[in-house]
Amino acid sequence: MSVMSFDSMLPVIFMALMGVSMLIYVVSDGYDLGVGMLMHRATDAEKDVLIASIGPFWDANETWLVLGIGILLVAFPKAHGLVLGELYLPVALMLVGLTLRGVAFDFRVKAKDTHKKTWDRLFFAGSTLASVAQGWMLGRYVSGFGTGWNYPLFAAAIAVALPMAYVLMGATWLIMKTEGQLQERAVQWARIAWAPMVGGLVLISMATPWVSETVRERWFALPEMIALMAIPLMSGVSLLAVRGLLGTRQVRGPVCWLPFVLLVIVFVLGFLGLAYSIYPYVVLDQLTIWQAASSPAALKVILFGVCISVPAIAGYTVFSYRVFRGKTGELKYA
Amino acid sequence: MDASMLDPLLLARMQFAANITFHILFPTISIGLGWWLVFFRARWLATRDQRWLIAWRYWTKIFALTFALGVVSGITMSFQFGTNWPGFMEKVGNIAGPLLGYEVLTAFFLEAGFLGVMLFGHGKVSERVHLMSTFFVAFGTTLSAFWILALNSWMQTPAGHEIVDGVYHVKSWFDVVFNPSFPYRFTHMVLASGLTCAFLLTGLSSWQLLRGAAPRSAPRVLRVGLTLGALLIPLQIVVGDLHGLNTLQHQPAKIAAMEGVWQTERGAPLLLFAVPDSQTRTNRFAIEVPKLASVILTHELDGEIKGLDEFRDRHPPPLPLFLAFRVMVGMGVLMLATSWLGWWLYRRAGWRVERLPRALLWVFAGMTFSGWVATVAGWYVTEIGRQPFIVYGLIRTADVASTVPTSSMIGLTLALYLVLYLALIVAYVSVLKYMAEKPEEVLQLDTIEQAATPAGAVTSPVTSPVLPAGSIA
Repeated sequence: MSVMSFDSMLPVIFMALMGVSMLIYVVSDGYDLGVGMLMHRATDAEKDVLIASIGPFWDANETWLVLGIGILLVAFPKAHGLVLGELYLPVALMLVGLTLRGVAFDFRVKAKDTHKKTWDRLFFAGSTLASVAQGWMLGRYVSGFGTGWNYPLFAAAIAVALPMAYVLMGATWLIMKTEGQLQERAVQWARIAWAPMVGGLVLISMATPWVSETVRERWFALPEMIALMAIPLMSGVSLLAVRGLLGTRQVRGPVCWLPFVLLVIVFVLGFLGLAYSIYPYVVLDQLTIWQAASSPAALKVILFGVCISVPAIAGYTVFSYRVFRGKTGELKYA
Repeated sequence: MDASMLDPLLLARMQFAANITFHILFPTISIGLGWWLVFFRARWLATRDQRWLIAWRYWTKIFALTFALGVVSGITMSFQFGTNWPGFMEKVGNIAGPLLGYEVLTAFFLEAGFLGVMLFGHGKVSERVHLMSTFFVAFGTTLSAFWILALNSWMQTPAGHEIVDGVYHVKSWFDVVFNPSFPYRFTHMVLASGLTCAFLLTGLSSWQLLRGAAPRSAPRVLRVGLTLGALLIPLQIVVGDLHGLNTLQHQPAKIAAMEGVWQTERGAPLLLFAVPDSQTRTNRFAIEVPKLASVILTHELDGEIKGLDEFRDRHPPPLPLFLAFRVMVGMGVLMLATSWLGWWLYRRAGWRVERLPRALLWVFAGMTFSGWVATVAGWYVTEIGRQPFIVYGLIRTADVASTVPTSSMIGLTLALYLVLYLALIVAYVSVLKYMAEKPEEVLQLDTIEQAATPAGAVTSPVTSPVLPAGSIA
């Protein structure tokens, strides 16, 4: 393969940036959407702790979605129109979900006590709606917006599996951030969510090559297949480790952070697998990143901004997580 | 009516207008309020007067709520650029893309990143770090306004670009960002935000005083709000006039529509009221002041104003512009009258609220959201005034609309968004009213949140006399 010029590398760089933004979004908003979906299982006092555990972070988490969609819009305008046109309705539903949940978050503590329950329900409903819509969108996107009978089925399966994955993320986040009785309940929630999440993941991994010929050829070509096997193997080991940890005493103590970290690893591996399956398309089998990209001049201007601002963003994100590290406290009504 | 009967372009425009109208309400408050929070916080650090701290704590809660609504409606907008106007990014993506990208990278992350520390970090970080966090949030909101208004102004008065095969490329970024209308529009919007907050501070404090539910800080916040209003409104009138002159130079059709001028004339009268009729191309029910429009716009008695007839099909619909402009100007005049009268009376009363006439407090309470009315009316003037173009004089709105979703799909989602937005505005205003009437509950939230969020890294000893030391778990 000849060495690419910098200009033709630019779309690759931006695809990577977009992918990483989306990955950070899915992981970070994933745990707080998951916490939202666990709301209805918690007691009233626990609800306040659940909310407090994600309070300082959720705004910044959702900003990654704006960045990801922003990069799609500014770096691949043709793909943006195509993708969002195809996903018009689920996008609208996701936005309604994210809106309800974002405002319920702030309204619930400030509204009259009699209205608090309504906002709590909306917080749960909004989180669920947004997660299901995201799952559906992911399913449609991965299969290149195919039109056969099996494609909606595939998307529906992911629309169930992704929320499950978020719930598991949320539960392990709570294991890390809480203690005592609530932590014990979070362990139970994680146990419940584990099986459907893993089942969904296995089914989707089997179905993906079935709905897409491109992906099938990618996955089962030798010798790449041997190297690729690392992805499912490591994911499997991580998921089993999570399950194993949930039964131990250590997870309630010194290694409370481990299940969450292992799940982040699973998400990263899944992302790498997805990226390998789709590249160099931005819309599978329809549009490559070079066909969809903006002019190199515009991309260079944005890249300049990215190089300066992303380290700063990383810096103050770490700062914020440091300030709010440790356990979310018990509520004391003064 | 069956949605599929309607023109998809009209529906797409209505949907975008609904979203952007809903969205702008909240940044309009948060841009200004962020800076007043920095001010309250800095005054507290300088004077150690409890009332400043109470004001800061109380208004931070209102900021948080407002900011959340701004974030969620902003996320919706980032999607609708593509879903409603795919052709826009395909044509001018090389210009709009980097501007939007810089907004996300420099502004959104900055404000969202430090918001957590600002809201929940009191007592967990040193006072200086906390003041800095508040500053970064305020700075982020203003920076966001800078980028988005640069783009909006470029769409009004495009400059610094070249067109190659129908696609726009940048020749000079400086000319793109600092295009002819940008300095005016940016200043006008930042002042509008400041005024909206001034009347919000004044209005909510007045309501609290009327209801006998005022926290100790309310008389002081009332004074700050009135002073701000009285200072900013004359500035805004001058900037607005300059902005108008700039528009006359670059977008004369917009001015003709705002003033209801159909035929080009010298010594044009100022229409106080009229109903411009696009069918007959005349004004009905006109009440006019001779020659005043020419004087205001050209600063000459017999100055010429071009009429709409000269622009054939390249001018906006005059009726909404004409009316929205009068709503904005009317609000401005009302703000001038009330803030100056109020400030003068309050000063004469020795800054003691109990000596103020209750009727005055009622007036202020009634004007709590006057900034919203003026700002939205002003945006309608400038945005409808750009029609039928999306990039003035260059790209027509109809040419960039989406063809993918059907009318019924746009209609369905439009109905969904409208219901949601109306419900949320009602919820926002009623929660604000509730918060105004129950300040002690709002202030208690602090203590609860303090206890709930993790202890974190305290980098200096906490010396907050408000929070009991034990509340930090």
